[in-house]
Amino acid sequence: MATIAHRKKRRSLRRFVPLYLMLVPGLAYLVLNNYLPLFGLSIAFKNIDYSKGIWGSDWIGFDNFEYLFKTSDALLITRNTLLYNAVFIVLGLGLAIAVAILLNEIKNRFASRLYQSVIILPFLISIILVSYLVYAMLSTDTGFFNKTLLPALGIEPIAWYTEPKYWPYILTFVHLWKGVGYNCIVFLAAIIGIDGEYYEAARLDGASKWLQIRKITIPMITPVIIMLMLLAIGRIFYADFGLFYQVPLNSGALFETTNVIDTYVFRGLMQLGDIGMSSAAGFYQSVVGFVLVLISNSIVRKINKENALF
Amino acid sequence: MDVENRKWQWAAHAVLILLSLACVLPFILLFMASITDEKTIVSNGYSFFPSRISFSAYEYLWNQSNQIFHAYGITVLVTVIGTFASLVITSLLAYPLSRRDLPGGQFIAFVVFFTLLFNGGLVPTYMVYTQVLDVKNTLLALLLPWLLLNGFNVLLMRTFFQTTVPLAVLESASIDGAGEFKTYYRIVLPLSLPILATVGMFQGLAYWNDWNNGLVFVTEPDLFSLQNVLNRIMNDIQFLTTSGGAGSSQALAALPSETFRMAIAVIGVVPILIAYPFFQKYFVRGMTIGAVKG
Repeated sequence: MATIAHRKKRRSLRRFVPLYLMLVPGLAYLVLNNYLPLFGLSIAFKNIDYSKGIWGSDWIGFDNFEYLFKTSDALLITRNTLLYNAVFIVLGLGLAIAVAILLNEIKNRFASRLYQSVIILPFLISIILVSYLVYAMLSTDTGFFNKTLLPALGIEPIAWYTEPKYWPYILTFVHLWKGVGYNCIVFLAAIIGIDGEYYEAARLDGASKWLQIRKITIPMITPVIIMLMLLAIGRIFYADFGLFYQVPLNSGALFETTNVIDTYVFRGLMQLGDIGMSSAAGFYQSVVGFVLVLISNSIVRKINKENALF
Repeated sequence: MDVENRKWQWAAHAVLILLSLACVLPFILLFMASITDEKTIVSNGYSFFPSRISFSAYEYLWNQSNQIFHAYGITVLVTVIGTFASLVITSLLAYPLSRRDLPGGQFIAFVVFFTLLFNGGLVPTYMVYTQVLDVKNTLLALLLPWLLLNGFNVLLMRTFFQTTVPLAVLESASIDGAGEFKTYYRIVLPLSLPILATVGMFQGLAYWNDWNNGLVFVTEPDLFSLQNVLNRIMNDIQFLTTSGGAGSSQALAALPSETFRMAIAVIGVVPILIAYPFFQKYFVRGMTIGAVKG
């Protein structure tokens, strides 16, 4: 009896061999791309010396972190990353919700589809192309602003790419411009899913449109809002590298308002060759980012288990 | 009530028309700049209504620039190979995970899911791709790092397989003697075209638009994708204008001019604008598939 059961089990396991084989390429890639780099996080605790190799370099404990946090850079890049992301979350979600509500009001189906197609355009193009579009607007000598718009308003030309004070507004605008279409369609799907009977009943009771939006639409999509918000908060330590690196054209004069953790790590590694600082900043980002993901997920779970990621 | 409704219609159309204009006008400016006469740009700047129109940038593009077409070829090649390979690997990983009877499936799903929560970041990944597997200045540098397989897509596809491919169909295939591979490509994949289109579109877009891998791993101009060429041209002109001094105007004259730059940007956008309407419905569907869980 035991041998039959045993043989049966072996045969059934053999049945799964092709399935396990299918997993191999994907898992091999994840090991290479995602898991091996986790061991590489230890670089942050080393004094990298290429002659000794990455793995043979000397351990130096927290020295890299000490250097990093002694500089004013650490505070600046943390502040910029957090503030930009906080503004992006609030304005980005607010704008997307408002646009989704208005889109849902539009009765003409053709117009509605046209608007949707058009406002998604910025989402489809690379940030390099975005940097071209911004450059066409802001170029000091030939830009639309300095050559056409500002003279028409009687304002002196502005050297946009060397004046840090304008960039918080420019980057926020560009971020909203690029992302509103995508987020708005997510919210639109949620709004379309609301049962029409609620609105019917509200209309019979004489509720105005504005009241319907406040008392039906917003409360019904609140779970989606909270989920997207917490997911974004979980990623608040990660900046959009392309936005902060490409759109200001990597202009050194603007670092005060454009340097974020991701651009700092990149410049440290690729341009300054300062692997110690760069890897310490990267480690700081990975670990704090991970903790924030865990915290925001556990908050989501408390509110609504269905919406939690895990 | 009717009056109120009409007011809302007007308000909604007004806001959306303004927003649509904000989204479209920069593209129109880019296009107009590419067909503006070079001298007109230098004196009047970029304009929606250029006083002199010229197609010389496109003529130059058509006649002389092997390098641009080479880069275009690299972009197309990487997009096609990358998207195809990504779909194969993603679906191969997602199908076994969709089978609830697979021993260890839960654990492997967690291994996939964990990659979404925690990653090593730029420096360690750079070290892996240069020290462990040396991809610098190879085509693999444009295909492999970060892009090839995304855990989110795997879980998305797994959920789709679980909810749309009936278990009874899989069982009857197995009774009819079909092996797992045969079941996968004769039954599961044909039933899953919508999700393949969705993931394929996201991956295609990611490869077409990628500039990061080229920036990090490629220094050889022969391997530059279109995005990398655009990136380089922007940086070089900027370099010349900031460093100034003698000789820079000569160098500037030898470089692609303002209109030429814009023309390259235009040919970089056009394929996306042409392809998007065909994929739009999958795009919206992909964005709204909610249930992805670890």
